[in-house]
Parts: sequence; structure tokens; C-alpha cells
Amino acid sequence: MSTDRREVHIEVSDLTMAFGSTVIQRDLNFSVYRGDIFVIMGGSGCGKSTMLKHMLGLLEPAKGEIRYAGSSFTSATATERNVMRRGWGITYQSGGLFSAMTLEQNVSLPLQLYTDFSAAQIKDVVRYKLSLVGLGGFESYYPSEISGGMNKRAALARAIALDPQILFFDEPSAGLDPISSQLLDDLILQLKESIGATVVMVTHELPSIFAIANNSVYLDASTRTMIGYGNPQELREHSEQAVVRQFLTRSAAAGETPGNV
Amino acid sequence: MDRPATGFELQVDNSRNLVTLLLQGDWVSAAVVPDFRTLQAQLNGAGAGTICLNCDQLGEWNTLLMSFLLKCASYCSEREIELDTSALPDNARRLLSIATSVPTHRRQQVANKAWWERLRSPTQALQGIIDDLRQSLAFFGDICIALGALITGKANTRFSDFRNFCYQSGPDAFAIISLTSILVGMILGYLGAVQLQQFGAGIYVADLVTIGLLREMGPLMTAIVMAGRTGAAYAAQLGTMQASEEIDAVRTLGVSPIEFLVIPRMLALILTMPLLTIYANLLGIVGGGIVAGGMGISLLQYANQANAAVDIAHIGIGLLKSVIFAVLIAIAGCRAGMQSGRNSAGVGKAATEAVVTALVYLIVADAAINILFQHLDI
Repeated sequence: MSTDRREVHIEVSDLTMAFGSTVIQRDLNFSVYRGDIFVIMGGSGCGKSTMLKHMLGLLEPAKGEIRYAGSSFTSATATERNVMRRGWGITYQSGGLFSAMTLEQNVSLPLQLYTDFSAAQIKDVVRYKLSLVGLGGFESYYPSEISGGMNKRAALARAIALDPQILFFDEPSAGLDPISSQLLDDLILQLKESIGATVVMVTHELPSIFAIANNSVYLDASTRTMIGYGNPQELREHSEQAVVRQFLTRSAAAGETPGNV
Repeated sequence: MDRPATGFELQVDNSRNLVTLLLQGDWVSAAVVPDFRTLQAQLNGAGAGTICLNCDQLGEWNTLLMSFLLKCASYCSEREIELDTSALPDNARRLLSIATSVPTHRRQQVANKAWWERLRSPTQALQGIIDDLRQSLAFFGDICIALGALITGKANTRFSDFRNFCYQSGPDAFAIISLTSILVGMILGYLGAVQLQQFGAGIYVADLVTIGLLREMGPLMTAIVMAGRTGAAYAAQLGTMQASEEIDAVRTLGVSPIEFLVIPRMLALILTMPLLTIYANLLGIVGGGIVAGGMGISLLQYANQANAAVDIAHIGIGLLKSVIFAVLIAIAGCRAGMQSGRNSAGVGKAATEAVVTALVYLIVADAAINILFQHLDI
């Protein structure tokens, strides 16, 4: 792999996550390169979503640092963090669309907050963003009026409203049928290539992982640290850890085997 | 080299029925990016069969160019004009093809009615009120059935739930009830003091405060506080459970949600409200005593006078009211929660509705009870 020649976009160093005295994961070290589709994977309860929340600044690390494009996020002030966050697009596990707003209002909110576009321009941009996710014409619908898969895509439209440099996804295909989830994967891949964003994704859907990810980290629930880092396809074949291979080949007892702590 | 200004230029080639759309400059700033309508006007005039994009002079671009191009593309597809995008930068072309791959959804147009047509006719409005009343009665009926099941020991009501709700609606409410009841006692005291002192009947402040609290203000103020505090909480809890499909889960387990969710909440309120009312009455009388002390009435005098004013009928009516209020608050809160919409807006609406309905119920019930006992001479 030529990963070392590429530019590091997100760097996690020596990170320990804990709730009070309960350590979730410790000693995490990994880098996400610009343009990667990076997957955080692991069995249920290993702290994948917690990891994402740390990267987003919704939770504070017990130790260690997270840097974006070289500048520390962990030690940044609230204002600096908000400036950094402006370059991010985030979709949450259940979409996170505002249920009291129509899709158009949902997507236009970040545009109204952070751009100087005129009302007419915002309307056009919203139409364009919704068209990108296949929801052109659904502007006047409320999130409760459309299906779960459409909700996820609408959330994606809101996430890409400001042309982000980093896209975060928390379980993008959770609760979707295989076809919808594959369509969503394709969409993420196409958008990522066209926009040129870095994608960080929490998922345990193997088809998604192999279809689109080119780098990944495996968080283990029992040893409470990362035990796999690299391209998921290579990890599946060559990982030194049996658990990682089992997880990626979907064989029995994945995530339960080594040293029950 | 000078960069061309942001904009576009049309070159019409009538012989080949071809229009070349020349995109120029940087399309990144909202202030200078042209409006599609100006292009549309020119295109309408040109009447081309094919539009060919030329991007040789295109500088930087972002979403604004893309939304412009999307409008252009949908304009072309509506008029069956061919749009040649081969000159676009690679990722712009790809984005445009993603955006145009799914045809635009057309929402079924509901004919816009004038506001007077949208007003409901009096019969419809009446029907709405009747339906609402019928639903309330049906809910009350369900509760009665569930209570019947509880008495015969067949209900799926869990005692531990009941205990938790008792704690939430009892001890947790002490602080706010203490504050409101002392203040209400003082307010009643001042109210009476100003009037009664004019006749030299200042000592009767004790009667006014005591009877006023026991019969009226004690139960009512407690109920109003509890409607805002506990009624709204019930609506929000049940509404959130509705939103996260927990109530569906209860139903499909073969358990009546009324027995499982509503009954413990209602019984908890029925138990705690009279107790809170007694507590509020005592503190209210103390509050009145503070005001009386300020008027120069000794504490002993006040206590004596208050003691003489206490009558078992006053206490009984007050407690009866508090039980009825408890039932009404629980019904208003739980019904709003059970019928809540399945999203955050729905839950908010349910909480509002719970408090508003509970207050209406309370005032109407209080008036009705007062009129009843007036006629019964109690």
C-alpha cells in the first residue's frame, strides 16, 4: 500500500475512552488519509459509536488526542471546534432529521446558517442536493411521511449541504433491506469520489465494508483496544488476530474467543 | 492572464440547430453567480435542439454551478432538448448524472382552497367535538375495564411500576408543593386581611385561610402543579414510548397498555394527590399564620380560630376533590401520550395537550363540584 505517501487527514493518537472509571477502549492509534473510506468496525458493544462520538466531540477523551489536518481537535476551544465542524457532514444512526421540518427546511438549515446564498439560490441548491440522493421533488415532505431508507438518504443530503471535506456515518445501512443498503453504499461511493471527501463510517455490515472501505480499524470488546488496522480485504486474509478474521469471514464465535477479561 | 468574469455566453448556430453554452469564470461566490432565469429567457429565444456546454474558460466551481446545471438539465429534459455535458469536468459530469438519474418526484397536487372553504362547517366542528368526547369516554371506559381486571386480580399491572410512580409523583413533588402552598396561604391571608381589617374582623383571616385552603385552594393548587409536573411527564413518557414502538411491543405481548402503563400511573396519582393536598393545606395554614402575625394577631389566637374553623366536611370535600383531580390529570396525561404522534413534534404536542386538557378538566370539575355541594348545603 502506498498509504504512507498520502496526506493524513485525521489522526488519532494514544486515545483512551472511558465513562468514569469504566474504560471502553484504550491505546488507540490510527490515521485516516485524505480521500479514504475508513470503517470503524467491531462486535456489538465494543465502542464503535463511542469512538465516533469522540471524533465528533460529543464525548471527551480520557486521554490522548484527535487531530484534523494537523490541528488538534481535543485541545481546541468551542469556537475553533465549531469552525472545524463546518467542514464536516454527519448522518446519525436514525437519520437525525428534524421531524418538525420538511426535507427542504432540513437541508436548507445549514445553508442558511453558514452561507451567504440568497433564498432563491438556497432553494436551487436544496433541489440539487435532494436530487443527488434521488429525492428530487420530495422537498415538501416531512421525515415521517417517507420511508426509512429515504430518511437516511435525506439525512445524507443534509450532511453534504455544505460540501464537507469529511463525511461521518453512524451505521448508514442499519435497518435497510440489502438492496437499499447497497444503493446507499453506491451513492456514498459516488458522492465521495465526486466531492473528494474523506469518509469515516461506523458499521458492521460486511457487504458494505468490502464494497467500499479501503481502510479500517477493528475495535475488540474483550481486550478493549484495537487489534486490527488496514484494508479490510487484507485483514480478512492476513490478520494475525483470529477474531478479526472470524469477524470478517463471518464464522462462529467472532468477538468472543480470546482471553475473556 | 486575466480571468473572465463569472457568467455565461450563448453562441447560437442556427444552421446546425445548436446552441453552445460557454461557462466563464469562477462559480463559487453567491453574489456573482448568475440566475438561471436570465439563461432561460435567452434559451427560449434561441429555440435550439441541442445545447452543448463549453467549459474552456471555467475556473473554480462548487455547488452553485451544479444547482445551476441541474436547472439547466431539467429545463432541457422538459423541452426535449439534448444537453451535451461531455465538456464538463469529470466529477461535475458525474455529479450531474447522479442528480438526474432519478426522475423528479411529483407530489399529488391538492387543490388549494380559499381560507373560507377550509373552515369547517358548524356541523363538522360539532362532529369533531363529539368525536373527541367519545374518544375520551372510550378511554375512560378502557380504564374502568382495566380497573375491574385489577380488582379481580387478572390485570397485568406491576406493583414495582406503581411504587416508582408513587415516588415520582409524591416525595419528588414536595419541594414545589411546599413553595406554592405557603405562598398561596399567604396570598389568601393578605387578601382577607385587607378587607376584614376594615370591619375590625381581622381575626377571621384564620377562618378564611383555613376554609379556603381545605375546600378550594389546597386541592386546586396541588392539582394545577401536578398537572404541569406529572401530567405532562406522563404524556411525554407515553408519547416517547409510542414513538419508539414500545407501546406496540406491549400490545403484541398480549398485554393491555392501559393495564400495564396507565393504571399504575393513575393509581399512583390517586394515592399521592390526597396526601400532597393534606401537606399543602398544613403549610398553607402556616403561611396564613405568618401574614396574621404581621397584622398583630398572636399565633395562639390564630391557631385557636383556625382550629374552630376546621370542619370534617371541609376536609372531606377537599380530599374528594383531590382524588377526582388525580383521576382527571392521569386521564388527560395518559390519553395525550397514548395518542401522540410518532416523532419529537408529536411528543411535544402531546405534553401541551395533556396540560391544557387537564387544566380545563380541573376548572370545570371544580366548578361542578362546588355547585353540587352548594345545593346539597354541605
